[in-house]
Amino acid sequence: MLNLVVCLKQVPMVTELPWDEESGTLRRDLAAGMMNPACKHALEAALQIKEKFTAKITVITMGPPASEEVLREALALGADEAILVCDRLLAGSDTFATSLVLKEAIKKKCPKFDLILCGAYTADSETAQVGPQLAEELDLPAAAYVEKLEISGKTLRVRRLVDNFRETLEMEFPALVTISMENYKPRYTGMAGLKDAFDEKAVMVLNARALGLTASSIKTKGSRTKVRRVFLRKAQKGNVLLQGAASNVVNEFLDKYQRKIGTVIGKSIEGKKLDDEK
Amino acid sequence: MTKNKQKSIWVFGDYRNYYQNRVTLQLIARAVALAKIINAEVCALIFGYEIDEWIMEYTAHGADRILAIDDPALKSYSTEKYLAIIEALAKERDPEIILIGATDFGREFAPRLAKRLKTGLSADCVGLDITEDGLLLQIAPSFGGNMLAEIVTERHRPQMATVRPGTFKEIPHDYERKAVVERLPLMKGLPKPRVRLIEYERSVEKGHTIENASVIVCGGRGMGNKEKFKKLQELARLLGGDVGATRPVVYAGWAEHGALVGQAGKHIKPKLLFSFGISGAIQHTAGLGEADFIIAVNKNPQATMMKMADVAIAADASDVVNHLIKELKKRIKE
Ligand SMILES: Cc1cc2nc3c(=O)[nH]c(=O)nc-3n(C[C@H](O)[C@H](O)[C@H](O)COP(=O)(O)OP(=O)(O)OC[C@H]3O[C@@H](n4cnc5c(N)ncnc54)[C@H](O)[C@@H]3O)c2cc1C
Ligand SMILES: Nc1ncnc2c1ncn2[C@@H]1O[C@H](COP(=O)(O)O)[C@@H](O)[C@H]1O
Repeated sequence: MLNLVVCLKQVPMVTELPWDEESGTLRRDLAAGMMNPACKHALEAALQIKEKFTAKITVITMGPPASEEVLREALALGADEAILVCDRLLAGSDTFATSLVLKEAIKKKCPKFDLILCGAYTADSETAQVGPQLAEELDLPAAAYVEKLEISGKTLRVRRLVDNFRETLEMEFPALVTISMENYKPRYTGMAGLKDAFDEKAVMVLNARALGLTASSIKTKGSRTKVRRVFLRKAQKGNVLLQGAASNVVNEFLDKYQRKIGTVIGKSIEGKKLDDEK
Repeated sequence: MTKNKQKSIWVFGDYRNYYQNRVTLQLIARAVALAKIINAEVCALIFGYEIDEWIMEYTAHGADRILAIDDPALKSYSTEKYLAIIEALAKERDPEIILIGATDFGREFAPRLAKRLKTGLSADCVGLDITEDGLLLQIAPSFGGNMLAEIVTERHRPQMATVRPGTFKEIPHDYERKAVVERLPLMKGLPKPRVRLIEYERSVEKGHTIENASVIVCGGRGMGNKEKFKKLQELARLLGGDVGATRPVVYAGWAEHGALVGQAGKHIKPKLLFSFGISGAIQHTAGLGEADFIIAVNKNPQATMMKMADVAIAADASDVVNHLIKELKKRIKE
């Protein structure tokens, strides 16, 4: 049987983002959450493996109590076990600390894993760092931005596009991959399954102590970076309005912005046509 | 020689992406400016096989020192080998700062190196500054670039950041410049890589995903129907770009899920964004925080998307697409 672990993160939904314009800080505590999109793709990849092989899927997240929701969603979709690591001591963890905590939880609760799947990046912090750092913590062969997985025996073959290289890589289990959003389109959650998942399956909750972490060890082994401030990007937009018949506005637009467009696409665009040329 | 150790800012020589984006040269340029403030040298790292060309380039563009390992064993890139090499060098020489291009490959590599060096790392920075005490101020985007964070690594060294290509401007080359070139032997006892490269293909086309495309043509429900929507492909091809879509359009099957832009899909950062028949709901615009120049076409001039645009065209989206295709075919000179 294949033992799969999927790392999931709950991210705030943008409509709900309450940020304090004055101080520029984000009230993450007030935001409603959803499963990070790339994590959905990672979960989908695991579910597709489970359709082909006998496999067990353990989903794990570190976050506030509310992030149990994403674990329930994963259980409804077909995950078998769920672990929530939740402790105030871990709030504000950077990727260095997050990957340490995930390692401790995995070592404790599913040490016999074959494959760990992470999303390529999260929609809020967008670091793409937790996966590779978790691979370091567990000393695993790993590949990021994976589009396709193939398993035969204990060998994992992955395909990916990194920069302008299309690569096929191979490694033996245990291994770690981060899944891009190019493939593995997530399936939808049926309401019935969702209800069952809330009623029946249990979510295991672990705090820092259960993972052998104390306030002082978190201080020394934990976060390396500090966010000094967060601010809104203020984009200055030209906001020129063009109106009229489509053919006219298109000509007007191209005459005006030919240089701008030409520079970006790296080709020259011909200037204004004189009327009598036609 | 002073008694104090010479401080050093390292730049990882990402030459796999040299012709694509020259990010290493941009980082050397920024490192030169930062090094002045803290009185440090700029050191470029080059590992591979037959690397003289890169030694010359990085010297000409401003590096003071080059650490080079030229060995047939490094002919093809391996994350594990490169990690072991830089880990060993960094532990021996204690650089103050290590900068790495935020290419896919840099963003896979850097986090692992930071973990080995037990230090902090910020991702995909769009700004870098430094205090006189040598604290690196790392400006990193979050929430699709709608917000920026200033990040510091206070107590641990080196301070590490990956930096987005195009953030800084390279220093023009000067082939008369000299650098101290240290050619080092490949260290003994490197671990055998556990990840095997089976095959790779260098795409002739700029290998891109919609996330790093410089032109994106996005369509929404206002495109009318699937046939009309498909025209966006042709426009995108003419502009050398990709097609993006809103959620209703993906649900309707006019576009693939991979084209979805917004909070549930991709975050994009194109230099040019065309937006056709899109209202501008926050779930969609959450993915557009970093679009440079936005052209919106909507029959309703009051639509949110029109207010976010540099150029707002009030007209029928599909008509504008057709005319644009026709005109661009006439006007673009290869
Ligand atoms: C949890 C959640 C997550 C979501 N995530 C995403 C996401 O990631 N990405 C996303 O895109 N959406 C997302 N949505 C949906 C989002 O809220 C909007 O519904 C969606 O973006 C609207 O798409 P649209 O602009 O194509 O359609 P509409 O809002 O219907 O807008 C169509 C626009 O086209 C214009 N128009 C109509 N006819 C023409 C014409 N002939 N010529 C020119 N203009 C015309 C109209 O004036 C209108 O402005 C999400 C919603 C939820 C609840
Ligand atoms: N708090 C967390 N709990 C579980 N997994 C996480 C957490 N943060 C990040 N991850 C995983 O790491 C991936 C990349 O996240 P990031 O490095 O934050 O961009 C996510 O898609 C998850 O798979």
